[in-house]
Amino acid sequence: MATKKVKGVAYEVNDEGFLVDPTTWTKEYAVEAAKEEGLEELTETHWKVIDFARQSAATAGGASPTLRTITDGAAITTKDLFALFPKGPAKKVAKIAGLKKPEGCV
Amino acid sequence: MKTLLVLGAGTAGTMIAKKMASKLDKNQWKVILVDKDTKHYYQPGFLFVPFGKYEEKHVIKNNRQYIPAGIEYVISNIELIEPDANQVRLTLDNRVIKYDYLIVATGCDIHPEETEGLKGEGWRKNIFDFYTYDGAAALRKFLDRWEGGRMVVNVVENPIKCPVAPLEFLFLADWVFTQRGIRNKVELVYATPLPGAFTKPKASAALGALLARKNIQIEADYNIGEVDPVNNVIKSYDEREVPYDLLVSIPTNKGSDLIKRSGMGDALNFIPTDKHTLQSTKWQNVWVTGDATNIPASKAGATIHFQMETVVENMLAHIHGKEMHSKFDGHATCYIETGFNKATLIDFSYDQEPLPGMYPMPLVGPFTLLGESTINHIGKLAFRYLYWDLMMRGIEVPLPSQFSMAGKKK
Repeated sequence: MATKKVKGVAYEVNDEGFLVDPTTWTKEYAVEAAKEEGLEELTETHWKVIDFARQSAATAGGASPTLRTITDGAAITTKDLFALFPKGPAKKVAKIAGLKKPEGCV
Repeated sequence: MKTLLVLGAGTAGTMIAKKMASKLDKNQWKVILVDKDTKHYYQPGFLFVPFGKYEEKHVIKNNRQYIPAGIEYVISNIELIEPDANQVRLTLDNRVIKYDYLIVATGCDIHPEETEGLKGEGWRKNIFDFYTYDGAAALRKFLDRWEGGRMVVNVVENPIKCPVAPLEFLFLADWVFTQRGIRNKVELVYATPLPGAFTKPKASAALGALLARKNIQIEADYNIGEVDPVNNVIKSYDEREVPYDLLVSIPTNKGSDLIKRSGMGDALNFIPTDKHTLQSTKWQNVWVTGDATNIPASKAGATIHFQMETVVENMLAHIHGKEMHSKFDGHATCYIETGFNKATLIDFSYDQEPLPGMYPMPLVGPFTLLGESTINHIGKLAFRYLYWDLMMRGIEVPLPSQFSMAGKKK
């Protein structure tokens, strides 16, 4: 375990940089986590996806949404989602939204 | 009389229907098993078909011989599951089956139409799958005449049935093309949405090293957006173009359309399932097993074998009004063919990534975890006999269902 300091507040994160307790998440944390993922600025559309991901996880027992859950639920095309969160959108969204690492099969 | 209804007579449905039928009182319970036809596929064998190592007779058998007389075996398509009314509608004679308990084992299948251009003019010409028998057989015909070029193996998106099969396909290709004397004319590329050869660090490193040693290029974090079958190139969402002469695709895997029609699935038609009890998260008298679930375990026959105990014990406990004690731990064991009569092996669970060591017995093995050996390869080939002659006949396979750290090195 490690801590990440954002504007004087310490957040507990795991070895892979995911927030340990999603209830400690703040918008300031998201902005900082996004920078670490190479996103200098979060636009309104970024926030729409992040908000959706947090709502989705809250209703799914904390499980991060899959790529498909995001595209279906946040009404965004896969192409746009990749443009917003390049490379692995599901993982990046989870990290920025303070959620668990998406569960894979292996 | 009470009814236990099992939908799908594949690996999961067949094994569990038989097990439940042997445990339930025949004077009180009727077990009904439904599938669309009587063909039973040994799906792990499809991998060997494109290379001419297995034929149809090795991987397809008539399922009737595996179903005992005590089970009513119905051949019909299924129109709808109505879990709120505890009934299922069949297409055959518009029959409606009322059930007390339901097991859904309707599996998953490939959906090439989900990717733009994949099922276009190149499909089955220089674009193939090997996750269906027909696809694997068509690819064999193509490979028999192939003189070389650039072969790209692409996983469209996860989860997929058997996450290691694409790697095995590449390892076997490297071996077979070497035997045929054309390896120097073949370029092998693996384009995967994962950040490396595999997800978990130790297995990813070991398998990644194997890819490198066999001169197989890896295109990681590759999320395919479309196929351009005219120019023979695939394009990712982040605009990376990968040209191919032969594209071997593992298309999007989805649960059955039946699940969608019945309103029981997620975005990919997989059914929300408790990952430990394998009970539906919504309906108390519905269990889900095999590839039909949304649990984060491998979609593979070995996983089903390990799930069986949990489904049977929990269902019996629930029927008898007792507490459910059996917890599936996500245990999976996969032999991974690496070519040249060798294979490696991984054994893992929800909580524990694949580690090196020996399996199933510490020090003795005989199988080596995350290391290549001939005995692993023999184990892989022996599995076909285990499957048809033990698993399908309801004879216990001597492998523990619960994952164990014994013999593994951290």
